Amino acid sequence: MNLANLTGTVSKAAQYLIIVLMVIYTVQSYTVFAQRNRTDREQIFLRQNVSMFVIHFLAYLIMYLNTAKFELILFYGAQVLYLMFTLLLYRNLYPRASRSLIKNMCMLLSVGFIMITRLSYDQSVKQFEIAAAGTAIALLIPLIVRKLLVLTKMTWGYVFVGIGLLALVMIAANVTNGARLAIYIAGFSFQASEFVKIIFVFAVAGLLSTEHSFRRVVIATVLAAAHVLILVVSTDLGSALIFFVTYLVMLFVATRNPFLTMIGILAFCVAAIAAYFLFAHIRIRVQIWRDPFADYAGSGYQICQSLFAIAAGGWFGTGLYNGSPGAIPYVAQDFMFSAILEEMGGVFGICLILVCMAVFIMFVNIAMKLSNRFYRLAALGIGTTYATQVFLTIGGGTKLIPMTGVTLPLVSYGGSSLLSTITMFAIVQGLYMLRGDEVKQKNAAQIRPETERTPQEVYSDRRMERDEAQRRY
Amino acid sequence: MKRSEDIDRTFEPEIRNVDLTGQGQEVPTGRQHNTELSVVTWIFVLLFMLLIGRVAYILVAESDRLKSNINNTKADSNSENVIRGDIITSEGTLLATTLLDEYGNQTRSYPFDNVFSHVVGYATNGKSGLEAEENYELLSSHSSLLKQIQAGEKGEKIQGDRIVVTLNAKLQQAAYYALGSYRGAVVVMEPDSGRILAMVSKPDFNPNTIGSEWETLSADTSQSPLLNRATQGLYPPGSTFKMVTTLAYLRDHPADYQQFSWNCQGALSQDDVTITCYNNEMHGQEDLAAAFASSCNTAFAQIGLETDNGDLRKTAEDFLFNKSLPTSMPSSQSVFKLKKDSSAAEQMTTAIGQGETLVSPLHMALITSTIANGGVMMRPYYVDRIETSDGTVVRKQDPEIYRKVMTPEEASVLTEYMTGTVTRGTAAALSGNGYTVAGKTGSAEYETGGTTGTHSWFCGFAETGEPHIAIAVIAEDGGTGSSTAVPIAKQVLDTFFYG
Repeated sequence: MNLANLTGTVSKAAQYLIIVLMVIYTVQSYTVFAQRNRTDREQIFLRQNVSMFVIHFLAYLIMYLNTAKFELILFYGAQVLYLMFTLLLYRNLYPRASRSLIKNMCMLLSVGFIMITRLSYDQSVKQFEIAAAGTAIALLIPLIVRKLLVLTKMTWGYVFVGIGLLALVMIAANVTNGARLAIYIAGFSFQASEFVKIIFVFAVAGLLSTEHSFRRVVIATVLAAAHVLILVVSTDLGSALIFFVTYLVMLFVATRNPFLTMIGILAFCVAAIAAYFLFAHIRIRVQIWRDPFADYAGSGYQICQSLFAIAAGGWFGTGLYNGSPGAIPYVAQDFMFSAILEEMGGVFGICLILVCMAVFIMFVNIAMKLSNRFYRLAALGIGTTYATQVFLTIGGGTKLIPMTGVTLPLVSYGGSSLLSTITMFAIVQGLYMLRGDEVKQKNAAQIRPETERTPQEVYSDRRMERDEAQRRY
Repeated sequence: MKRSEDIDRTFEPEIRNVDLTGQGQEVPTGRQHNTELSVVTWIFVLLFMLLIGRVAYILVAESDRLKSNINNTKADSNSENVIRGDIITSEGTLLATTLLDEYGNQTRSYPFDNVFSHVVGYATNGKSGLEAEENYELLSSHSSLLKQIQAGEKGEKIQGDRIVVTLNAKLQQAAYYALGSYRGAVVVMEPDSGRILAMVSKPDFNPNTIGSEWETLSADTSQSPLLNRATQGLYPPGSTFKMVTTLAYLRDHPADYQQFSWNCQGALSQDDVTITCYNNEMHGQEDLAAAFASSCNTAFAQIGLETDNGDLRKTAEDFLFNKSLPTSMPSSQSVFKLKKDSSAAEQMTTAIGQGETLVSPLHMALITSTIANGGVMMRPYYVDRIETSDGTVVRKQDPEIYRKVMTPEEASVLTEYMTGTVTRGTAAALSGNGYTVAGKTGSAEYETGGTTGTHSWFCGFAETGEPHIAIAVIAEDGGTGSSTAVPIAKQVLDTFFYG
């Protein structure tokens, strides 16, 4: 066997091993939900860590064998250090943070690093630098969330900053790819809608957590509609949809009124039909979705290439560097999922969807356990934002729904998206730790000697303590 | 509550004061208050499942179609490692192969030059025909892993998979030469399996030299030599459509169709439109069988007036007018426009196969096959199997029933009438050759851009008792069916029965 052949054989073996490890990782990110015993959970986390680092190693091994670029080894080393630091720092600074959330965040980031490096080394270095800086800054966020109660009281501040930023972008922005998405500050392109997403969630949480009289709901709806409208006019349809769905879900949970939600969905349908007839760019998107091959060389090209990529990959992928994901325009931003499917395969891709779903379930789980209405709504809102975005980008790339051009959080290339997602994860971590505070405070207020309590009370208190002890995952 | 208490406990305050009382923000935790959150969770879980389902659906159901899409160039990168596979007939005749020179340069070669030009297609300057449809398969190798590794070690390319087609080289050549210099098409198929035995379209081109002739070929819009007329050409069906009209009439008059009686005076007028028989011939008193055999226009115009438009439309659509044909080949949809409230003129012209009705030769062959096969329509196909270069079958296509279009009784009445066409009617040249034929001729008048002319049609099958072969012939501007299309069909049938 000559060297070239050996390289091929090793790459093939590594490719399948990656898939097996990803399946194991994914299964474990769900079994951990069911696992109540703390030491068993530690075991699972350890195994997940091993899976993640081995996948990361194997992928870089394949890439090194295919390119023989020395800088890849250094870059790999830097990434391993970054991932280890992130895991260790959270563990030591915030022992009560959600381990499963951090782990999944690292997993998604590492998949992103792998695929972006495959597509463009330079972009990947940029992405990595932003991730590292962002993670470092985000380490402070859980602390801020826990400390500053004032965060829950700045509702109107959020509203003005949010609408202001979006309007600023709409007016002053450069026109990029048909959608006015970014403004440039000191050489950095800054995608305002990515950050306004978070501010928006806080604004809605503030508006709807204190009261939900008819008047308040109308005010909140008008303000939310203002956000959405600005985004539609800026032709940023993906973000408009994310804002809309997030508002609707938060409204439903806050008011617990399915009737209002129905009206919201109805209003959406009317608005969507109106928008279809008003805006040519929306009609084109729907046209492409119905038959991308009708205008193959023109507007349908991107989605056709995405479908070709998915088909070419099959269940197990072509292997890194054996496909041509670069054929999809804007692949690293909008079609990351298709690129991953082409070279790493459908099985890996389905696991990736399931990991994203586990993240979302964790977000809602945390919301469920919070009793402060503001925090509860904020956690839910962030979860909804995340899930909607995943659905839009993967659904768009697979032609399940019309393309809206949003990123796959943590995986796609794009600094603003990456920073805002890392911030969102950190905020939810902060909220998760708040929950621990709440329980302790409650317990302290309630506990009386067992003799003074009825047997039922003793039972329920003990149960609560036990639950709390087991809740730290 | 004093907030200053926590300030020094930076990272891990044991107990922190949370606003549990202020502004009525507290909600008691408990299952009943998380109902909405559960609903939201389940909705999104459902959406995530939808994504997974979509990915799986693409990979299971759409993958083959996407891989062989004409625009998909992904497989082309395989040509660095794979030698484009051969296309051969099931008798083993080579239709397309890849030649390697001493430097490893590849040239695609087509031993039959123009004879298979449209059906096999070309693979330079884009792709067409089988070369396009099976591009992915031709550029993939299912050879054993051992062989692949051996090839990889020697730095050699591996031979791509082979496409084995149902086409018969002898019949294809007979049809090709029989059509001669006419523009048009011939489609030959096996009625009980749907296997395509021959498919000719003219004008044609030589795939061996297409690279150098590309400019002229692609610029020629008046002749469109690159278009496969057999599958994508749309023609007025003329009298061949009377097969469909007759079936609609049979269905409207199941008990008394034999009592149909008509006195042909050579012309029939209604609402300022006059339908005449060919050469203004007067067929006189006739029943349905006789009207069919002599292809009497006035009788069928009368049937058109008597038959409910909806019923005729339904029968036409049963035969797949206005629908896609059940095949992987790129094919045009045939057109049938008669509506409930169409005028008497439209009724009459549509019944005799003029009017706005359009049909492809492949579709006409499929209709004829269905009648031959006792009313059961088979899916037409021309790829018999895909095998590796050493003959291991990768995928085999078996005959598939598409649907039952009519009852065996209806099919046998039509067969009887079509036999009459040959024994005593417009296709008499096909009788007395040692095999029995049932068929229908057509002389389709057209008018495009001020010029008028007549296309010559014949559809039929043989033998009448046990059909082995069905054929559809169209010769553009060939005049009557009897004069041009029937002799072409005879040559093909002679070749089939006598070699």
